[in-house]
Amino acid sequence: MLALEINNLNFRYKGQANLCLSNINLQINESERFGLFGPNGAGKTTLIYLMTGLLQPISGESMVFGRKIKQRNGVKRLFGFVPQDFAFYEELSLEHNLEYFGAWSGIDKNEIKQRTDELLEILGLTEYRKIAIKKFSGGMKRRVNLAIGVIHKPRILFLDEPTVGVDVQTRHAIINYLKQLNSEGTTLIYTSHLLKEAEDLCEHIALIDEGKVIANNSLVNLLKEYNESGLEGLFLKLTGKAYRD
Amino acid sequence: MFKFWASILKEFRLLIRDKVGLALMFIMPITLVIIITNIQNNAFDFIKNKGVNVIVCNNDSGNVSKDFISSLQKTEMFNVINIKKRVCNTEIKKYNALVVIEIPQNYSKQIKNKIKKISNKALINFGLNNDSTIANENILADSIAITFNRSLQNNYRYAINSALQSAMFITENRLLIKELYFEINGKEISESFEKEIINDGNVFKKKITIKDKNKIPNATQHNIPAWTVFAMFFMIISLGGNIVREKLSGNFIRLKILPASYFVSLISKQIIYLLVVVVLVITIFSIGIWIFPLINLPALNMPNNILGLFLVSTVCGLTAISYALCIGVFANTQEQSSGFGAVSIVILAVIGGVFVPPFAMPDSFHLITKFSPFYWSLQAYYDLFLENNKFIDVLINILPLLINIVIFQLIAFIGLKRKNLI
Repeated sequence: MLALEINNLNFRYKGQANLCLSNINLQINESERFGLFGPNGAGKTTLIYLMTGLLQPISGESMVFGRKIKQRNGVKRLFGFVPQDFAFYEELSLEHNLEYFGAWSGIDKNEIKQRTDELLEILGLTEYRKIAIKKFSGGMKRRVNLAIGVIHKPRILFLDEPTVGVDVQTRHAIINYLKQLNSEGTTLIYTSHLLKEAEDLCEHIALIDEGKVIANNSLVNLLKEYNESGLEGLFLKLTGKAYRD
Repeated sequence: MFKFWASILKEFRLLIRDKVGLALMFIMPITLVIIITNIQNNAFDFIKNKGVNVIVCNNDSGNVSKDFISSLQKTEMFNVINIKKRVCNTEIKKYNALVVIEIPQNYSKQIKNKIKKISNKALINFGLNNDSTIANENILADSIAITFNRSLQNNYRYAINSALQSAMFITENRLLIKELYFEINGKEISESFEKEIINDGNVFKKKITIKDKNKIPNATQHNIPAWTVFAMFFMIISLGGNIVREKLSGNFIRLKILPASYFVSLISKQIIYLLVVVVLVITIFSIGIWIFPLINLPALNMPNNILGLFLVSTVCGLTAISYALCIGVFANTQEQSSGFGAVSIVILAVIGGVFVPPFAMPDSFHLITKFSPFYWSLQAYYDLFLENNKFIDVLINILPLLINIVIFQLIAFIGLKRKNLI
């Protein structure tokens, strides 16, 4: 079953003359590990916002499990989001953050408690549950960012550079947990500039440049098609070496 | 419902963890209310005609000076403090006096002579006496010395001078009538007839209206509500900043993706800050009731209509919160929110009569002042404290504030829509 389907999608920001994204067509299967890559300013984050319904396209449509994304209230519950920036209340404790975002995700008190215990155990944060997040290290904050995004076990999880700025151990823990989540049925839509990590995580790749999809296939097929041994070589071959920002 | 409760709990936790912000919300208005009430207390007393303290140093032992002092007291403008010894600065400070009057020795005798001469002059003119030697004599007497406190403004000096002259005229007229009556009739004037022709009481009947809009509050009745409302509006620093922070952080994107409306979060914020308003009102009003008398300030007398007081405070608080919401929605940075918020509040407070009460403003300001929500808030409180308004009067008074709330909330809603925040 298709988890997410985008057909002929066009988008421009208010006041801009040119399209920011033009004629985007993507199909993401349920339980797939989908990677969305491109140089800075290519339109990756904008596309994620369009997929989640945060932005509305000027034409084209997006479907989530066969339902139009415009009916946001019906599909919102299916989404989880781990943004690149830390998105939590640093003054509050880890437990209080999870309680709040859990409630907003639509799960009940008991489930919040159960998921909190589970996630803190997996991400090695149990002993810090009552401490204000502002006292945490960068790596711990990254793990909290992820925990909040998955508290309600979303069916589609959007990950915008979830491991940026963390040490090897934290990266390893996060990627392992994402794989575990995926094995339980969660579709991952991942974007990052860490292409080695992406190679390890993603099965299917879409490359965007200047608002257009320039490649869209399984990682294995793309490497074979362009005769490259790794994602980084493929990326440079398709997008060039010139600065983009 | 669980989302709503979780939001309220989150806002409450954020608020109580912001100890500096909380302290500012309470310490600033408490400090201001105590200092400003102290400063304004004397001025309010003067405006309210409680009486100007006047030190009278009477060096005369006759009846005329006593009669003059009695006339001064009857004007109800002066609190007369009689001092025998020579007046010095310490006495002026001790009695907080604005005027010192020194009556010279033999003043009564000199005035009596002066009256006698005027009386004779009048009788000659009436054709009832022909002793021209008396009529040509100098009729001046030693003057009473008046010294004003140097801090007293000119307009107050003129007013006090006029009042003193009136008292003196009354004294001299009484003596003159007595003298003329005696000269013409050869006997003393009767007390009833004297009262009939010399009316030294109130000339004008007090105008009585059903609702006296010109009633003036004392320093406490003005400053307690004024600085409470100011503190409510100053919450903009905390609430506006809270909204801007959320808007700029990744939290906002995360919340928008989740299956709940941001309205829930905005309503929760407003409820929590409304609770702060209630605590603020209870704290500052309690200081007015119990602490002020201990520091020689007039105690705050609570109105009978406590429900009305609660309603007025809640509506004032909601107006302030709605204004903060507006600023928070439109500000792009925390600096904009706190900077514009603070400056606009001070301007609105000045226009609205927090610093200088509306009744003490020049006429040209009376229209401008109505553009500030502070004005309507103060009027609602004044009416409660001075008129002991009934519930229906309270509702009429808070109507302009309710209109303010609707306007601010509407502007905030338009801002949220335009910025694609909801």
